[in-house]
Amino acid sequence: MTDPVTDPAARPRIEWHAPTAEPELIQLLTPEGERVHHPVFDLDFSAEQLRGFYRDMVLTRRIDTEATALQRHGELGLWAQLLGQEAAQIGAGRALRAQDHVFPTYREHGVAWCRGVDPLRLLAMFRGVDQGGWDADEHHFGLYTIVIGAQTLHATGYAMGVQRDGAVGTGDPDRDTAVVAHFGDGASSQGDVNEAFIFAASYNAPVVFFCQNNQWAISEPIERQSKIPLYQRAQGFGFPGLRVDGNDVLATYAVMQAALQRARDGEGPTLVEAYTYRMGAHTTTDDPTRYRLSADVEHWKLKDPIARVEVYLRRNGLADDDFLADVQAEADDLGVTLREGCKAMPDPEPLSMFEHVYAEMTDELREQRDGYADYLASFEEVGR
Amino acid sequence: MSATTQRITLAKGLNMGLRKAMEDDPRVLIMGEDVGKLGGVFRITDGLQKDFGEDRVIDSPLAESGIVGTAVGLALRGYRPVVEIQFDGFVYPAYDQIVCQVAKMRYRSRGRSAMPMVIRIPYGGGIGAVEHHSESPEAQFAHTPGLRVVTCSNPVDGYWMIQQAIACDDPVIFLEPKRQYHADKAELDDTATPVPLFTSQVVRAGADVTLLAYGPMVRTCLKAAEAAAGEGRSIEVIDLRTLSPLDMGPVLDSVRRTGRAVVAHEAHVNLGMGAELSARITEQCFYSLEAPVLRVGGFDTPYPASRIEEDFLPDLDRVLDAVDRSMGF
Repeated sequence: MTDPVTDPAARPRIEWHAPTAEPELIQLLTPEGERVHHPVFDLDFSAEQLRGFYRDMVLTRRIDTEATALQRHGELGLWAQLLGQEAAQIGAGRALRAQDHVFPTYREHGVAWCRGVDPLRLLAMFRGVDQGGWDADEHHFGLYTIVIGAQTLHATGYAMGVQRDGAVGTGDPDRDTAVVAHFGDGASSQGDVNEAFIFAASYNAPVVFFCQNNQWAISEPIERQSKIPLYQRAQGFGFPGLRVDGNDVLATYAVMQAALQRARDGEGPTLVEAYTYRMGAHTTTDDPTRYRLSADVEHWKLKDPIARVEVYLRRNGLADDDFLADVQAEADDLGVTLREGCKAMPDPEPLSMFEHVYAEMTDELREQRDGYADYLASFEEVGR
Repeated sequence: MSATTQRITLAKGLNMGLRKAMEDDPRVLIMGEDVGKLGGVFRITDGLQKDFGEDRVIDSPLAESGIVGTAVGLALRGYRPVVEIQFDGFVYPAYDQIVCQVAKMRYRSRGRSAMPMVIRIPYGGGIGAVEHHSESPEAQFAHTPGLRVVTCSNPVDGYWMIQQAIACDDPVIFLEPKRQYHADKAELDDTATPVPLFTSQVVRAGADVTLLAYGPMVRTCLKAAEAAAGEGRSIEVIDLRTLSPLDMGPVLDSVRRTGRAVVAHEAHVNLGMGAELSARITEQCFYSLEAPVLRVGGFDTPYPASRIEEDFLPDLDRVLDAVDRSMGF
């Protein structure tokens, strides 16, 4: 009789193999600017639409570079950079319909742009003059969420509310509503994200989980978060997952449009993994040279999301020098607006900190506020 | 007994209150583990799913952060979720959602996004339960700006307070003393006008010492006052009802008359509600005090094995011992 404890040969083998097949990457525009076709996710894009994507991405990148510069000049306390992720965000943002609702992380500046949020409002938050100064309902774009992954549950709950409002599967394109939960590769390890997957699957909620896998969670590579391609996790939760080239705005748009429509039709959640790369630092406080190779960054530079669209537009005669110059000029103007607007932003009144803690200020809070107002006033009297 | 009154337990009062709130406002939803067919492990939501349907009384996956986190989304969509955390000790997986998300949403959005949510938590000990089923986490939530924290002590308050909490436009942590669920019955007149939610109530008048209690300790303190009366000592008992904000008016009025205050709670004494009450009483009626404010509560140990929980929980004798010490100054 063999004993599996002492005799390795007698042990039953439990095996696990990492997926060997190369994950399918849905792509419509190669890094070289070549239009390729996909059997499922193909769309005809008008020249105007393509120029629009290009403009959105250039302006989004300008917001990012201006904000980074403003942080370096001490005008912002922090900035979370999106360099390299413009296509993922513009593709996802432009696929939305007006009534769709977005729950962002703190890096969704391109999606915010698509939702009509004034970029100065984003800067205000990173400058420290408020904690989210836009109207989430007006823009259908929630406040930035900093605790990693928490917003994926909010998105799922919101989608459950959409279901209860009867705003899915009616066939009315202006009524049926999808919800997007943004998150990143690091967040995929969070309990909240996994719970959101479970709730969304259990209730068949109209939510699209859009994961920008930018390969890095500050200094930790994707390999620390997952042994399998992230999109494949969806299978285990009971809904479809897809990987799209996140540096390809056309593919991201096409896949997101399909996933959003699936949600609006009442067919439930989808996980879309936008495979991209964080070209910048995690935030302006980070130093990626401490943990990653510049060769990797150089490799991804060749996959730049904006350059490939520019090549395609030029090569196909869809944009001329005037158009490209106009977009650059518009970006320059935006830069000026952001610089001047940011520097001109006043600090909030100190006593405003006591507002909006509750629907109605409590007596004890009013007492604290009044006490602090008197304290401040006592200095003015001395000064006089 | 008139047609509008009936004798009910706290469990029944909460159940009736939830039903009334759901009838009054179609945006009110109930969500939690086992709240549907089972009616909750304490049967507080008994019969509600049958009458209001699975869309309004939602059996959730077994994940507390998921329950509260999705309730945030439902509230942002315009609903008024009432979520049940099955036991006090299971609230911590949802702690981030409660403290970082629920509590701050209105503030961060400068008043644009309200968070009208009730988080019901059966709390406290004395039921012989295994660990994590007998805790008193109120101070952790009362310490968090943006949350309101209330607790009922009797069936009539249960009926009214749950409806008032649901009607509140702020998030409310609603603590239910689980050992009182079926302990006593009281007469409910559902045509009466309830006292406002965020107020404390003198539940027994007295002249010698002010005894401050809430939730499960109110019953103990009333019994203590009864026993002390037999010895000629007059104890005033205040049911705080609201822990955040505190309603200090009745407390200060009382202490100015009696000159003595004792705070009793099941929660650990260190940095518990008693510490805050003691500080405020000392700051605001220092010259009326004949004795330092004394606290009697759970010891600063983890909640012990249930066979010795009666030694951990303040009982009538420990409350009276604290009263005696106060009178001894």
